[in-house]
Amino acid sequence: MKALKLKRDWIIGWLLLLPAMVFLFAFTHIPAITSLVSSFYSTPRGRRPAKFLGLDNYQRMFDDPVFWKVLGNNLWFALGTIPLSIALAIVMALWVNDKLPGRGFARMAFFTPTVLPLIAVANIWLFFYTPGFGLFDQLLGLFGLPATNWLGSPETALNSVIVVTVWKEAGFFMIFYLAALQAIPKTLIEAAQIEGANRWTIFWRITFPLLMPTTLFVSINAVINCFRLVDHIFILTDGGPDNASALLLFYIFETAFRFWESGYAATLTVALLVMLCLLAIGQFFFFDRKVHYK
Amino acid sequence: MTSVSLKDVAKSYGRVEVLRNIDLDVEQGELVVFVGPSGCGKSTLLRMIAGLETITGGELRIDGELMNNVPPAQRGIAMVFQTYALYPHMTVRDNMAFGMKIAKKSKAEITAAVDKAAKILQLEPYLDRLPKALSGGQRQRVAIGRAIVRNPKVFLFDEPLSNLDAALRVATRIEIAQLKDSMPDSTMIYVTHDQVEAMTLASRIVVLSGGNIEQVGPPLELYENPRNVFVAQFIGSPAMNMLDCKVLACGAQTRVSREDGGDIVVPIASQAADEGKPVKLGVRPEDLTITDSDDYLLELNVDMVEALGETTVLYFDTALDDPGFIAKLPGIHAIRKGTCLRLATPPEKLHLFGTDGISFRHR
Ligand SMILES: Nc1ncnc2c1ncn2[C@@H]1O[C@H](COP(=O)(O)OP(=O)(O)OP(=O)(O)O)[C@@H](O)[C@H]1O
Ligand SMILES: [Mg+2]
Repeated sequence: MKALKLKRDWIIGWLLLLPAMVFLFAFTHIPAITSLVSSFYSTPRGRRPAKFLGLDNYQRMFDDPVFWKVLGNNLWFALGTIPLSIALAIVMALWVNDKLPGRGFARMAFFTPTVLPLIAVANIWLFFYTPGFGLFDQLLGLFGLPATNWLGSPETALNSVIVVTVWKEAGFFMIFYLAALQAIPKTLIEAAQIEGANRWTIFWRITFPLLMPTTLFVSINAVINCFRLVDHIFILTDGGPDNASALLLFYIFETAFRFWESGYAATLTVALLVMLCLLAIGQFFFFDRKVHYK
Repeated sequence: MTSVSLKDVAKSYGRVEVLRNIDLDVEQGELVVFVGPSGCGKSTLLRMIAGLETITGGELRIDGELMNNVPPAQRGIAMVFQTYALYPHMTVRDNMAFGMKIAKKSKAEITAAVDKAAKILQLEPYLDRLPKALSGGQRQRVAIGRAIVRNPKVFLFDEPLSNLDAALRVATRIEIAQLKDSMPDSTMIYVTHDQVEAMTLASRIVVLSGGNIEQVGPPLELYENPRNVFVAQFIGSPAMNMLDCKVLACGAQTRVSREDGGDIVVPIASQAADEGKPVKLGVRPEDLTITDSDDYLLELNVDMVEALGETTVLYFDTALDDPGFIAKLPGIHAIRKGTCLRLATPPEKLHLFGTDGISFRHR
């Protein structure tokens, strides 16, 4: 009797898991494994099937100047967006967490970029960046500075994309920080005030350390986002000029669906996955000693 | 020397007035306890002294200096919170040293102060632990240690024991009493809604209700000689019984009638104007005894018996929303539900309150 019931529970358990597992395997695990396999093969063309190449694709990747360029771009993109958007998110969260008039409005305003589809706001940003007539050039023009082709010149294209990304991400991260701030008991701050801590000290010695779990979470997300973002680039620069604003995922997309080199694209994908894993694990270890979980 | 002085202090949030006409002088070395029902403004008053709430009326002085607009850190106070308010990411040592570190004291000075406080509170084995690795009682001791390290003029406690379980509460209460004895010169203000804490710790109790001070005095004075019905019923447990009576004769002694017939002479003076007026006759449950004689206060049927061993509590005239009349007898009594008992009390233990709620002894 008991064994029968146990068996039935077991079957029901697996049946309940089944839908989620099907999706997980169909869209995550199987593609990942196929990518790994494809990365060792040539791209099949017409009736010519894929041929096993061993590590040739990887050799090609290491010799590919565009790969190194987009990787460098991605690094710069990460350095430009992550610290800045996290810092902004904290500042905004601290600000809207205070009792100030119009707090609800400010919260909404900061969160808006996250809800708006990028395509919709891209027009506005494209206008901001328009050479000569755009908002930035008009403002700079007031100080007598020359017009700049923000999205069109190699020196500024990537940085312009960075600005849009920070604008879009900071409000999203703010929500996490706001929730974390509200979970810090007010008496802690009051105790510190009584002990003579000013706002600055309270932030650095109490609030910020207590926000560490959130910072870990947000920064891992931010890193993943850095490698995941492509829509900005499609809309704003299309990777140009001369790959100046292309990021790794954008390059993979181009390789796979513009040049139709699915074998090499798979190799690049594997490289991306390995990097993401290493980064996430590294972050956990780096932060582990600094993060205090309540 | 007066340590903390409140003069006509008031507090309102917008149009809601939560405290008014608060006048109080706390002498150096006193331990003053604020008690009162929930929401009466005890915490608010304490936080105003701490500087965590603004004072919307009147004057607050600490050691003679006007403090109304002085930031908390410069008032020379230290506060212990109900929820301990320990910094969760700092060790016990760092928690206690935080204030001195901010004040840029030397390492040696900080270590000495922390070690001394840890010794007093027996926290030495825990100095390198995080608060989460401590029990509630230990955490509260750390919070107290943090206050001691500041070496303040005034210690403020906001219900420091109410997050602890019953046994720990007793132990920590005794520790606080010993701590006070070891620091006879420091002033302490202590908020609680626990009567036992108030009675055992206080040199004086301040009874608050609805934003007013009802009475200030040493614990036993409040018990023996409450100023009004509120204090009479708030101090002491179970609460003082109140019987509705009418004044029959006035003078150095007062003769009152009870609604159910009998009359009693109470050795409390009354004025001629009181004659014929309704009064409340107060008698504490623990002042009642069972008697066979005809000289009794009341004859009632027992509704319920609570035998606690050390005491036996008898309930009479109970109704759903009213515990009725209560007697508390020492020791064990074999009394059953439904028995008719005569209750007596020494007349000098009786209290009389006028229609305005004020005790006749306080007029
Ligand atoms: N920020 C506020 N705005 C409006 N009213 C408030 C505010 N803070 C407290 N009050 C009111 O002030 C009154 C006193 O509150 P307080 O916290 O001092 O009570 P308490 O005596 O400490 O009660 P308890 O025993 O429950 O801690 C309460 O009626 C409360 O509703
Ligand atoms: Mg309170």
